[in-house]
Amino acid sequence: MHEFFWILIEALIKALIILTMVLLSAATFVYLERRISAFIQNRYGPNRVGPFGVLQPFADVFKLFLKEDLVPKSADKLFHRIAPIISLGVALAIYSVIPFANSITVGTGNAAHKFYFGIAPDVNIGLLFILAMTSVGVYGITLAGWSSNNKYSLLGGLRSSAQMISYELSMGLAVIGVLLVSNYFVSDKSASFVNTLSLNTIVLNQNGWHWNIILQPLGFIVFLVAAFAETNRTPFDLPEAEPELVGGYNTEYSGMKFGMFFLAEYGNMATSSAIISILYLGGWQLPFPAHWLGLAEGTIWMAVAQFLCFLIKIILLACFFIWVRWTVPRFRYDQLMNLGWKVMLPLALANIAITGTVILLIK
Amino acid sequence: MNRIKNTELERLTFWQKIYLPEIVRGMGITLKQVFEPKFTRQYPEEKWTPEGSYRGRPVLVEEEDGERCVACGLCSRVCPALAIEVQAGETDRNKERYPVKFEINMLRCIFCGFCEEVCPEEAIVMSKDYHLVFQSQEDAILGKEKLLVPISKLRDRLEFLRQYK
Repeated sequence: MHEFFWILIEALIKALIILTMVLLSAATFVYLERRISAFIQNRYGPNRVGPFGVLQPFADVFKLFLKEDLVPKSADKLFHRIAPIISLGVALAIYSVIPFANSITVGTGNAAHKFYFGIAPDVNIGLLFILAMTSVGVYGITLAGWSSNNKYSLLGGLRSSAQMISYELSMGLAVIGVLLVSNYFVSDKSASFVNTLSLNTIVLNQNGWHWNIILQPLGFIVFLVAAFAETNRTPFDLPEAEPELVGGYNTEYSGMKFGMFFLAEYGNMATSSAIISILYLGGWQLPFPAHWLGLAEGTIWMAVAQFLCFLIKIILLACFFIWVRWTVPRFRYDQLMNLGWKVMLPLALANIAITGTVILLIK
Repeated sequence: MNRIKNTELERLTFWQKIYLPEIVRGMGITLKQVFEPKFTRQYPEEKWTPEGSYRGRPVLVEEEDGERCVACGLCSRVCPALAIEVQAGETDRNKERYPVKFEINMLRCIFCGFCEEVCPEEAIVMSKDYHLVFQSQEDAILGKEKLLVPISKLRDRLEFLRQYK
């Protein structure tokens, strides 16, 4: 009982830190999006609030807090309120299984235990948890569309559910390739129980430059495209296609409820960047041998270096997300479905077949 | 069967059909734009200077010996927005008349330039002043002290009027 209490306290503190970090990163990505889009369009973007305009997202959030919270008369009040909470909650919840650095051992002798950088990075259902949570994320958007009692919102919600369900398949199948490779590279072959679904294990198995982006280029492309579709970002932002659907599922939202959708969108971007970097870009693995920095495995400074490395990977991926958004125009709905079912799904299946065959042959 | 020939999809090559190389090319183009010069003018720091043809805030021309205005009231009469109010008075100077009171309500002014066009003395002209901010409605009614501008500052506009009016 006593021990359980301390575990709870530790998880709570970690959760607070990670929550703050995710919300800050969402704010950073809003800023990055506005600046990068401005640069791509030969503008400056926000550069007035704070140095280089970095405080702009906070000013926006304060504005949203002060705005009136309108609920349409004929809306379903309960679901109208729950929808943004689901959206944001899912985006934040995924971070509970993400490892930010390799675990270190603290204490000596009997008191020694592993300290994880993350709430539960070594949990043995990590990847399944992520897939399950992204599926729950559909409810946020679909409920928002339905409960608003507005035809455009409903269309946006419907589009989002169809799109996310279609691309979830190829996403899940692309992940299987990663698991096969990860299983092959398990360091301890004699272990009877291999913790393959744990994200920490997946990162550990990419040690020394066999990052999955090199071993699984096809799977990477499929997963990347599916991640774009899952986060509802351009070229797959049909649920909130402004020219067709007014604002899509969030048309009837104002004030901080809209702000929650907004944060959820960027939180999702942060999450999918983190997942992509864990599954394909080696997570917190340094891109060079650790002794170049004079760091030993298992020390706190090594963990800091790994954490910074992970952070840089996430930010670069987020910049890539933004860059794509301001380059590629939106898909038409039939093109989206064709791509999802006729291209991405067969590619993902082919990826599994090829990976499986190659692993069988070289074993 | 009524099949459409030579559709856009059929004209595409294989590499165009798989999207990715074209997307990468497009991303190259957007990346190039990032390093191009910007079009934005950083307004409060970097102000724009209009040409003589610009119709900004209407002002009264002030010469060495006082205003040109003879308070004929034509500008007030022609003003479609009824923004100008003039009250005439007598003076010892050659012109004999001068405006005792000359007020332009900048909340009413529509910058049409009729006052300038109708003025027989070229005494009221449109300036280059476009930075017009008022804290209250009273502040927006400009009296003579704010309207009088030395002639040296209005050379561009007077030159423009001589050429094109």
